[in-house]
Amino acid sequence: MIPEIGHFALVLAFGVSICLAVFPLYGYLTNQNGFCATAKPLALLQGLALAVSFGVLMYGFLAHDFSIKYVADNSNLDLPWYFRMSAVWGAHEGSLLLWALILGFWGVAVALFSRGIPDHMSALVLSVMGMIGVGFLAFMLFTSNPFVRILPFAPGNGADLNPLLQDPGLIFHPPMLYMGYVGLSVAFAFAMASLISGKLDATWARWSRPWTTVAWAFLTLGIALGSWWAYYELGWGGWWFWDPVENASLIPWLIATALMHSLAVTEKRGLFRSWTLLLAIAGFSLSLLGTFLVRSGVLNSVHAFANDPERGVFILGFLIVVIGGSLTLYALRASKVSEPGEFGWISRESFLLFNNLLLTVMAVSVLLGTLYPLFVDAIGGGKVSVGPPFFNAVFVPLTAILVSGMAFGPLAKWRQSDDPKLYRPLIVTLIVSVAVGLVWPSIFGGAYSIATAVGVTLALWIAIATGLDVVKKIALYGGISATFSRIEKGTIGMWLAHFGVGVMIFGVVMVENHTEHRDVRMGVGDSQRLGSYNVRMTDLAVINGPNYVADQATFQIYQAETLYKTVTPQKRRYNASGMVMTESAIDSGFTRDLYIAMGEPLGEGDWAVRLSVKPFVDWIWAGAFLMGLGGFVSITDKRYRKRIKEEKAEAAVEGATA
Amino acid sequence: MNPKRKQRLFIILGLVSGLGVAVGLVMYALSQNINLFFTPSQIAKGEAPPAQMIRVGGMVADGTVERDPRSLKVAFDVTDFDHNVRVTYEGILPDLFREGQGVVVQGRINQGQFVASEVLAKHDENYMPPEVTEALRQSGKLEQMMGGQKQ
Repeated sequence: MIPEIGHFALVLAFGVSICLAVFPLYGYLTNQNGFCATAKPLALLQGLALAVSFGVLMYGFLAHDFSIKYVADNSNLDLPWYFRMSAVWGAHEGSLLLWALILGFWGVAVALFSRGIPDHMSALVLSVMGMIGVGFLAFMLFTSNPFVRILPFAPGNGADLNPLLQDPGLIFHPPMLYMGYVGLSVAFAFAMASLISGKLDATWARWSRPWTTVAWAFLTLGIALGSWWAYYELGWGGWWFWDPVENASLIPWLIATALMHSLAVTEKRGLFRSWTLLLAIAGFSLSLLGTFLVRSGVLNSVHAFANDPERGVFILGFLIVVIGGSLTLYALRASKVSEPGEFGWISRESFLLFNNLLLTVMAVSVLLGTLYPLFVDAIGGGKVSVGPPFFNAVFVPLTAILVSGMAFGPLAKWRQSDDPKLYRPLIVTLIVSVAVGLVWPSIFGGAYSIATAVGVTLALWIAIATGLDVVKKIALYGGISATFSRIEKGTIGMWLAHFGVGVMIFGVVMVENHTEHRDVRMGVGDSQRLGSYNVRMTDLAVINGPNYVADQATFQIYQAETLYKTVTPQKRRYNASGMVMTESAIDSGFTRDLYIAMGEPLGEGDWAVRLSVKPFVDWIWAGAFLMGLGGFVSITDKRYRKRIKEEKAEAAVEGATA
Repeated sequence: MNPKRKQRLFIILGLVSGLGVAVGLVMYALSQNINLFFTPSQIAKGEAPPAQMIRVGGMVADGTVERDPRSLKVAFDVTDFDHNVRVTYEGILPDLFREGQGVVVQGRINQGQFVASEVLAKHDENYMPPEVTEALRQSGKLEQMMGGQKQ
């Protein structure tokens, strides 16, 4: 009975989303405020219905209701409760429900936090989000219903969650990532609403800026969590594989990053309007494309578990409607956008244009590399794969150019900024970063690496430039607390994020160029050198977990002659599915991670063992965390909470000066 | 032309040529970095270029996995049930590697043997890499395989 409530709530949400898509839009077009006013209550109702539906599915998992097919396929009596909760989004149907729930959540958030926005505008935004909801809920109800039941003969036990997903990483990675993916729908909805209304002035940029920034921050954290999960759980110590599904999240991230910067120009200067609209459309379309790639299984990837062509066709159709519809509207309306004002060849606008250009080219090249195998296959060119060498060859130089320019942007002034004095801090920055960068590989030891020298120089370049900017602002405002209370929160967010980019680049450069990595054969009593440590296997044992049996090796790590640490990597075999999983043992540190993982048994009590020292690997995720934090700090700015009255007064002033 | 138009023209020209150059470079990099896929039968017929990085997919043939007793060297046959390719590899095999399982290996042909630099097996045991499905379809053995599988 209870699962039917969830199913009913899902159908209700579908009905509500149809109303949400139709009524406010109709109200807007016919100028009937009554219809417009339905938007907020409908958005709240949609969110509530989805929450009920989601809650019921989670209850099904917690209560072991194996009459629900989805639960039977993805859970097991022995599965611990916290993995039963995260198993809700462990496979196709449930992850779509999570997607829909988060869409509902964003709808509720827009309904509650849009007091500063005129009613007809928020009605249009919610209406567009309702249309997206219609598409996704129809997809769920017609092709991927999570509440399908196995009755009357419900199985006594479930098939178990894929062991790969029985990890804390699954608890946080998908919700974070989806918050970002789906959050981009808000930016998209704002763009569409302003296209529908034809009011394409700079105000929509201010409205949609905090939403875009927060979606971007979630996306950043979601991708970073995924990378971290891959590192310790499934990647044998790698942190990024240029897997199609990773790319599918990176492409919208790059576009969202461009969008954030372009929105700044649109908000502050009223420029780049049509370009910003296009980026907002592209960002969400690409996150839909990502969903399509993951869910349809057209690309060969670690994420392609089971796949179903019919679902792929549905999402592809939805994608065509969304992209086709939005671009048509764009083509009809964007030509009317006038771009008031000019900007000098050297100005903040031009640096941000440069930023946008590079980020877009990066996104396009990753997209081309990801889709190329599909394209070749479609024209009968056979099966090909595009590997990391391609992506590295394209992505790394572009990143270097982007980062070189990143130090200039924040120093430049709007309109015209060719006074060399402004850029004087960069002379110091350049000298220090090049000097330290060149010396660093020698300090670190090992063979001198030019790649490291260049990479570290770039990381320092952006980090120092950001630091000097902070110091300059503090001197200007006279004191740290005065600065941080008076300056725009967006600037603080920008500092954090830019500094984070430097931290991340440093981590990437060190890991990629100085990882010490050996696969060796070891038995009990054998010792191996690992960096400056000595690793000794002291024991092999069989351990019984809640739902698996593991071979566990005990390694003692010695530094010089003293015992530094004892670690116990495992090789697990899960009872229900018989799948084998590797649980690595990682000793994390500020300057390096020690990574030990068991490969396979080689007979005679010996195991293949992977030993790695990964210098500064945690800096990659620390950098991403700083970027995400920067995003969240930015949206605390007062000006996003302005009321309509002030907005109108300001618009009047802007109108008078234009 | 007024200066504003002129600037816009230059920006657009810059954009178009920048994008053009970028796409050109990307296509060049792609042509240098793609790995073509071959079936064991194609390799047996000598269709695969020697010494070039390629991919081969098929099933790990039963009873062909041999390990070196002192190192991490391993050799096995990949088959599409018409022909076999002998693959050598040194390193840790993926968790789902076993006899009778679909696998994709990446590497080069060297003196009649395939020297793999990477062995890929998938994380879900019901999942078959599309390349392997394709290889088995070409050799006409797919039906036979599927009959024996769970699904």
